[in-house]
Amino acid sequence: MQQERRAFLMVAGRLIALSGAASLAWDAVVAGAPETAPNYRLTDHWWAMIVDIEKCIGCGNCVRACKAENDVPREPGCFRTWVERYQIDPEDFEHPKVDSPDGAYEGFPEIAGPTERLKIFFVPKLCNHCAHSPCVQVCPVGATFESPDGVVLVDKARCLGCRYCVQACPYGCRFIDPRSHTADKCSLCYHRITRDLTTACCETCPTGARQLADLKNPADPIHEFLRTHKVNVLKPQMATGAKLYYNGLDGAVR
Amino acid sequence: MPGVEGFIYPNEIELQWSVLIVLYPFITGLVAGAFILASLERVFNVAAVRPTYRLALLTALAFLIVAPLPLQLHLGHPERSFSMYLTPHSESAMAMFGFVYLWYLMVVLLLEIWFDYRKDLVLAWRSSRGLKRLLYSVLTLGSDNISEAALRVDDRLGRILTVIGIPSAFLLHGYVGFIFGSIKANPWWSTPLMPIVFLFSAIVSGVALVMLLYVASCWIRRVPVDMVCLDTIARYLFYAFVIDFSLELLDLIHRIYEADESFRALDFMVKTRLFTSQIVLQIVVGTLVPLSLLALAQLVLLRERARRALYVAAGALTLVGIFAMRWNVVIGGQLFSKSFLGYTTYKMSFATREGLLPAILLMILPFVILAALVRLLPPWTDGREASQH
Repeated sequence: MQQERRAFLMVAGRLIALSGAASLAWDAVVAGAPETAPNYRLTDHWWAMIVDIEKCIGCGNCVRACKAENDVPREPGCFRTWVERYQIDPEDFEHPKVDSPDGAYEGFPEIAGPTERLKIFFVPKLCNHCAHSPCVQVCPVGATFESPDGVVLVDKARCLGCRYCVQACPYGCRFIDPRSHTADKCSLCYHRITRDLTTACCETCPTGARQLADLKNPADPIHEFLRTHKVNVLKPQMATGAKLYYNGLDGAVR
Repeated sequence: MPGVEGFIYPNEIELQWSVLIVLYPFITGLVAGAFILASLERVFNVAAVRPTYRLALLTALAFLIVAPLPLQLHLGHPERSFSMYLTPHSESAMAMFGFVYLWYLMVVLLLEIWFDYRKDLVLAWRSSRGLKRLLYSVLTLGSDNISEAALRVDDRLGRILTVIGIPSAFLLHGYVGFIFGSIKANPWWSTPLMPIVFLFSAIVSGVALVMLLYVASCWIRRVPVDMVCLDTIARYLFYAFVIDFSLELLDLIHRIYEADESFRALDFMVKTRLFTSQIVLQIVVGTLVPLSLLALAQLVLLRERARRALYVAAGALTLVGIFAMRWNVVIGGQLFSKSFLGYTTYKMSFATREGLLPAILLMILPFVILAALVRLLPPWTDGREASQH
């Protein structure tokens, strides 16, 4: 009898001790195996993007395509990508006039007034998929992370909605999805690029101003591009390891 | 776009951190400051402030209990907040909040209060009946030995806890400063001075609060204010305030002299959108005026009544100033675009989850908790011999 009780207590004790771990593990079981793309190996890629400012015509195709592809809310303040228009008076380049009406979803209106004296260009913006992301650093629960293939992603099932990452991003690339109350941002169309497709914005850009690039692929044209063009990243002083390489980036761009 | 001036990034339209996040550093600051005042008596043997020792501890506890509530209300998913304990991200400053908080609550404050009150708890348990007796018996945690030797051990442990508590209080609030100070994307926040400015402003606000509570408690209980105690607290408030203000001035002068890329945007913001809260409320009404009042009391021989009135006015204005400082840090840091090309506006709602109403209720709540704590654990030293000290 004594023996039986002891055995029972042992089993019960183990069950109780394990139940905590098991309940945690159960989450993973319920979540199921992550979607895997055939023949895609995380370690074979290191994603980046080339943005050629001189080619951008500010049509807003990328913004519309991104919203449609990624189900981004149409509300104000919810942009995974947007386009800015800079108008710079060459005598006063420290005070550029910038606009981005509705993130350039409908493109840009005509500029009122004379434009001969102005330098005008468009700057497409999106997450820089930094290698040393300030947003990843501050997330208290690791809900946002850098994938081994160089993409900064958000796990919506883990995000607390504390908004610290939104504060930490120097480029204004993050927002809170009003439907899920979690952080959201460009995923570099991860569901597409892992299936040998390019991103929605690159796909729809009529001038090829945006080009997805894989730095680990020796055949990728990015290597030649980086060698032959004067490229820069946004806010290089932030030292975030940004992987959005801009060709023809004017010093006035913030 | 209404409320927006110049160019802001499209995602910057909504302010991320509301008035509730202003309350968070304000409340934790009061906790840290109240505790530092308590430790003056305990560790540094400033006997004059003894009448406020227990009141300061209970104040710290009441506010510490409320401290995480504004954060919980603010989270998009408060039900997931416990994962900060289970799967904290080791590189995140914010992930440490839960641990710093628990350490401070469980190890420092609750234990110190328990050791300090143990004798009172046992006596209250012995002399009460019914439900009250049950409550006190639970609070004694079954330890009813109040012999001389046992009380000596309590006292020694209490002292050790206070010694641990001082760096913990520094950690608690210095850490809150680090949460802001370590955001390199935001030049208004990003300065290594932030933790230390937060710390000294915390001490200032906590000391001012306990001073006001002490005067209020004397008034409510119709007992005379111990003027030696009040004079001493006011003196320490003055010293702490001078250090705090010097640090903030240093930060200001440094920014103006260095005038880096963000300066023009920030300067414009301070002179326009933040003018009332920064220049008028924080610097003039909340710092220069109370500092002058406190200095006056140090320099000129005044009657008791006049000094008391001066201290009360200075204390109240100090709290206004420190609240304005938290506001200017948290809200001010979000009014300008990270493009430095434009500004947005904070529109506070009223009866919403992050509106003014919950903020007011959250500020009232610690006083309700304190009133309950004071009933349960009377902190008054008059009429009883402060036997343990």
